[in-house]
Amino acid sequence: MTGHVSIRLASERVNHSVSSSNVLPRFYTPGEVITGTQDFMRGHGTYAEDDCLKSSVAGVMQKVNKLICIRPLKSRYVGEIGDVVVGRILEVQQRRWKVETNSRLDSVLQLSSVNLPGGELRRRSVEDEQMMRMYLQEGDLISAEVQSLFSDGSLSLHTRSLKYGKLSQGTLVKVFPSLIKRRKNHFHNLLCGVSIIIGNNGFIWISPLMQDLMIEESKDEINNYESQSVSKSDREAMARVKNCILALVASKMMLDDTSIMFAYEESLKYDSVKDLLDPEAMLDIAFLTQHKINNIMDE
Amino acid sequence: MADLLLSSTEKIFIVHGVQDDYRSDGRSNIDYRPMELETEVVSHASGSARLRLANTDVLVGVKTEIDTPKPDQPGLGKIEFFVDCSANATPEFEGRGGEQLANSISNMMQRAYQSSQAFELKQLCILEGKQCWKLYIDILILESGGNLYDAVSLAVKAALFNTRIPFVKAVLMDGGNVDLQLSDDPYDCKHLDVGCAPLLITLCKIGDKCVVDPSAEEESCSVISVVVGVTGNTKSYCSGKEIDSVKSLERKCSTIGMNGSGSLAPQTLQSAIMQGMVAAESLDEALGQALLRERQENVILKKHAYGFLK
Repeated sequence: MTGHVSIRLASERVNHSVSSSNVLPRFYTPGEVITGTQDFMRGHGTYAEDDCLKSSVAGVMQKVNKLICIRPLKSRYVGEIGDVVVGRILEVQQRRWKVETNSRLDSVLQLSSVNLPGGELRRRSVEDEQMMRMYLQEGDLISAEVQSLFSDGSLSLHTRSLKYGKLSQGTLVKVFPSLIKRRKNHFHNLLCGVSIIIGNNGFIWISPLMQDLMIEESKDEINNYESQSVSKSDREAMARVKNCILALVASKMMLDDTSIMFAYEESLKYDSVKDLLDPEAMLDIAFLTQHKINNIMDE
Repeated sequence: MADLLLSSTEKIFIVHGVQDDYRSDGRSNIDYRPMELETEVVSHASGSARLRLANTDVLVGVKTEIDTPKPDQPGLGKIEFFVDCSANATPEFEGRGGEQLANSISNMMQRAYQSSQAFELKQLCILEGKQCWKLYIDILILESGGNLYDAVSLAVKAALFNTRIPFVKAVLMDGGNVDLQLSDDPYDCKHLDVGCAPLLITLCKIGDKCVVDPSAEEESCSVISVVVGVTGNTKSYCSGKEIDSVKSLERKCSTIGMNGSGSLAPQTLQSAIMQGMVAAESLDEALGQALLRERQENVILKKHAYGFLK
């Protein structure tokens, strides 16, 4: 049995652009003059120099009346209160955890803003501060909500709801935060038997369909559930979703449950999931998805 | 290797996936991720190549220099590897952080190229006992997304395939001194015979099974990986008429190395080596095809470098 190897040449590189009309938005580079300073207001991503308004990031312009902003294409996550994020615990500190959320500074999760596993009430005591590593340790992934912003721009998170908390088996996909569409709900159970958490920070968590047994079970049973093997059909659906997301990202398409589900449906014509790693297949899926979205928008 | 934080449940998921022969992106244990290759990317090197394997990015340049052969090997040329881990790849490579990894890769390459059945150093000889070519192979790791050894060895072989060595026009002997006159015409040169140059195959042991082409996440789930150097087949690198005159060579294992703190049972090692030989075969064929395709394209139209623009 031999494995599959594909080596393509740079000259055969696929152009991932799926824009239907050939009009691409004007792209500004750092230091580029946008307009004169008169009658315009300076927004995010711009600065004034020599009586001109210049771009400080690489991105596209957004104009609201007289306010000019440049929205960067690639950037770190800039948090807003109420955002759903997926993060990784970096450090256990005094009464708080340091969390990596793809923002400029590490975020903070206070011990006082978590619900303990099993919904048990927390007793403020020294023991429970010493137990912190039992709840969340370095490397663990969590879903959380942005509670507040500190003055330096770092985020304070909370997991005070049953839908937030430690994540169990699954895979993490990292994409640009600018590609995530803001929605009311970022937790989705897709029809294909996969549940995803589309974090506003560009971290997407793909896991087999969650069963709501975590709430009242004891700790042992949770541990037992966590180490069970995921079935092959679930695994295949998860891999397909992952590859679809990567295909959409390669073509810089916005991600939400609709676009991911459309891409998933389009991808079904490729029988084997690993065929979706091929750049041409990725472009095909992104293109068909874009087409489907355009159709819906027209209706 | 760059240490990646993973939670225990993520690791369980990856380990079970390998057990089921179904990895998180749908590949089986013997599949490689798609790669992109370009040769002749550095104009002032004798030969160069860039290989991108998912997130792993490697740039290789080959420089030639005239040197005197070693007294115990008067008829052989020299080859030297140098690996530089750029701090762009991961912040841990900053300063001297990447040195250990760089040394282990260059040692592995040196060992794999040592055998005359892997790379014929005789072709670098100019004048026996007096002068020979020395190849400096500089490897720059620009991004690290797992499976560095395989990517480096592929890029090195591609760069060597692309290397041109100028012809020597005349040799003047003045007593003991040798004066070489090289051809001025840049097209008056020979290509190296690299058909049997070795490729390194990493087999990462995850759970009880071995996988090829591990991603960075998978690498952090494994305690030991075996690196096997397998010689290539000249036939895959010949086109047209030459193909009949070249006889197919049997693949041989030129070196074995191990990385990591774990241990292997003799049986697992044996099966890993066999798995590596099989993987090397398809890898070598795919590389040969890509390189021949590129050479053919360059004959037809003038080369336009793509480089890093995406």
